[in-house]
Amino acid sequence: MTRALAGARAAALPRRLLLRGLLPVLALLLLALLSLATGRYGVPPGDILAVLGGKLLGLPSGVDATAQTVILQVRLPRVAGALVVGAGLAAAGATYQGLFRNPLVSPDILGVSAGASLGAVAGIFLSLPVAAIQGLAFLGGLGAVAIVYGVGAAVRRHDPVLTLVLAGVAVGAVLGAAISLLKVLADPYNQLPAITYWLLGSLSAVSLPDIGAILPAILIGLAPLVLLRWRMNLMSLGEEEARALGVETRLLRPLFVAAATLVTAAAVSVTGVIGWIGLIVPHVARLLVGPDFRRLLPASLMLGAGYLLAVDLVARTIAPIEVPLGILTALIGAPFFLWLLATARRGWS
Amino acid sequence: MRGEPLLRVEDLAFGYGARIVGAGVGFAVFPGEVLCLLGPNGCGKTTLFKTLLGLLPARAGRVLVEGESVARWPRARLARTIAYVPQAHAALFPFSVREVVLMGRASRMRPFASPGRADHAAAEAALAALGIGHLAERVYTEISGGERQLALIARALAGEPRLLVMDEPTASLDFGNQARVLGQIRRLSARGLGVVLSTHDPGHAFLCADRVALLREGALAGLGAPAEILTPESLERLYGVPVAVVPLGGGAGTVCTPRLP
Repeated sequence: MTRALAGARAAALPRRLLLRGLLPVLALLLLALLSLATGRYGVPPGDILAVLGGKLLGLPSGVDATAQTVILQVRLPRVAGALVVGAGLAAAGATYQGLFRNPLVSPDILGVSAGASLGAVAGIFLSLPVAAIQGLAFLGGLGAVAIVYGVGAAVRRHDPVLTLVLAGVAVGAVLGAAISLLKVLADPYNQLPAITYWLLGSLSAVSLPDIGAILPAILIGLAPLVLLRWRMNLMSLGEEEARALGVETRLLRPLFVAAATLVTAAAVSVTGVIGWIGLIVPHVARLLVGPDFRRLLPASLMLGAGYLLAVDLVARTIAPIEVPLGILTALIGAPFFLWLLATARRGWS
Repeated sequence: MRGEPLLRVEDLAFGYGARIVGAGVGFAVFPGEVLCLLGPNGCGKTTLFKTLLGLLPARAGRVLVEGESVARWPRARLARTIAYVPQAHAALFPFSVREVVLMGRASRMRPFASPGRADHAAAEAALAALGIGHLAERVYTEISGGERQLALIARALAGEPRLLVMDEPTASLDFGNQARVLGQIRRLSARGLGVVLSTHDPGHAFLCADRVALLREGALAGLGAPAEILTPESLERLYGVPVAVVPLGGGAGTVCTPRLP
C-alpha cells in the first residue's frame, strides 16, 4: 500500500509542479511584461523583449532610444522594485502572523514602519541626500524593533508575545508623536510634501542601484525563514507548546523577528511605508495553499510580488498624476479584508 | 522493587518566578504505570506539570529520568523523553490533523529539516494507534473536542516518548469521549509507556490509574493505589465537600459522587 501511495505521489508530481510552481512564475513574468509595456509611452511587448535581450547579451536591439530609456531607466527599476519589495513585505507578514499567532498582525506590529518613517522624516527634515534618508529609514526600522524587543524582554512578568505586541504599540505611539512633531516643524513647501509622499509609499523614485543596495539585506533576512520553514509551523502553536515539543523558542523567536524586521526595514527604506500588503497577502496565500509555512512562504513571496506589481501599475496609469501606493493598498486591502472576515472558512477560526 | 523508575521526582518545589506554589513533592512513575494527580483548582497541578516538562525551572529538589537529572538537558532531549498532551484547544491556523501530528516529530528532527519518510511513518503509526487514521486529512480546527484530544495524544506519541504528561485530558469532553480517552490511556500504558495525568473526577482515577497522588495547597496529601487513597474522608479533606465512594458489584468499578452541600 505504501508503495502504491509513493507511486501515485510520483505520478502527481509533474502536475503539481506545473500547477504550484510553473504557472505562478509564468503569470508573474507576464504581469511584469505587461507592466513594462504599459504607461504614458506605450511600448510593444516584442520591443521590450528585444531591449531586455539586447541588454543581457550586449547587442544592439534596433529599438529606438526613447523606448530603450523608458524601459531600462524608468520602468525596469519600478518592476524590479515592486517584485522585491512586494515579496519581502508579504513574507515578513506571513512570518509575523505565525509568530504572533494572530492573523490580524502585519509587519508593522513591532514598530518597524514607524521607526523607518521617523528615520526618513528626520532625513528629509535635515535635507539629507537620498541615500542618507534611505539609510536612516533602514536603521530607524531596525532600531525601533530592537527597542520594542528590549522592553519586551525586560518585562518578564507576562506572556512574552503579548508583552512584545503591547511594547510595540507603546513605542509606535512615541515614534508617531515624533513624526508629527517633525511634520509641524518642517518647511511646508519643500519638506512637508516629500514627507507626506514618503509616508504613503511610492516606487517612482526607486533606481536599480537602490534595489542592489537592499537586496543583500532582504536575502539575508529570507534565508532563516527558508531554512527553518517547517519549524515556523511549530512557533504558531505558542511559546509553551512549542517548547514542550522540543523547539528552542528562546533562540528561534528573536531570530525570526530579526529576519522579518530586516526584510521589512530594507523594503520600506527605498519605497516608504506601503501598508496592508503584509497583512492581506499572507491571508490570501493561506486560503490558497493552507497554513503550512513550507508552502505559505513561497506562495506569499509570489503573491506579494505580483500584488505590488499590479497595484503599482494601477497607481501610475489610473490618473494623470501618480497615486501614492499606500492609498491604493488601503483602498483595495481594507474592503478585501472585510470580505475575507465575512466569508473565509479556512482563513482562521 | 521494579528497578529504576522511569521518572522520579525528589523533594520538588515549583512556582513562577519568586512565587513558590508547592514544595516537598516526591513520587515515582514506572514504565507502564498510570499515575493520576487529583487536587482542587489552584492546588498547583499545572505548575507541577510545567516543572516536570522543564517549562519552568525546579525551585528546589530534582526531576530525574532513569536516575539522571533533567535540569541541564536540551529541550529536544527532554521532549523526546517526556511528551506533553495539553488540553484540547482550538488551534489558530487550519492545519490538517496529519500536519499537527507530524509536529510531534520536531524533537527528533534536525533544525533545518522537514519531516521525512520515517517521520511520516511515525505519524501514521500514532494516528493508527489511536484509531483516528480517518481524520488525517481533516482540518484540526474543524473536528470535535474529543477528536482534537485524540489528535494531541497522537502528536505526543509520534515523538516516541517514554512518558506522557497529560493536563486534564478528559476536561471539556462529553461522557463517551471521556471513556474513549481513558481507554486509550490504559492501552498506551499496556505498551510500556508511563503516564502522568491530572483530572477533576476521582472516578476517572479508579478507571485508569495504577496510583493516585493527591495534591493540596502545593503539597502531597496522599500517594498510593486508588482504593487505598480515594476514601470518602480523604476526598472530603481534598475538595471540602462530602463524597460517597461506592464500589460497584462484580468488580465493575467504583463510583465517586459528591453529596450536595
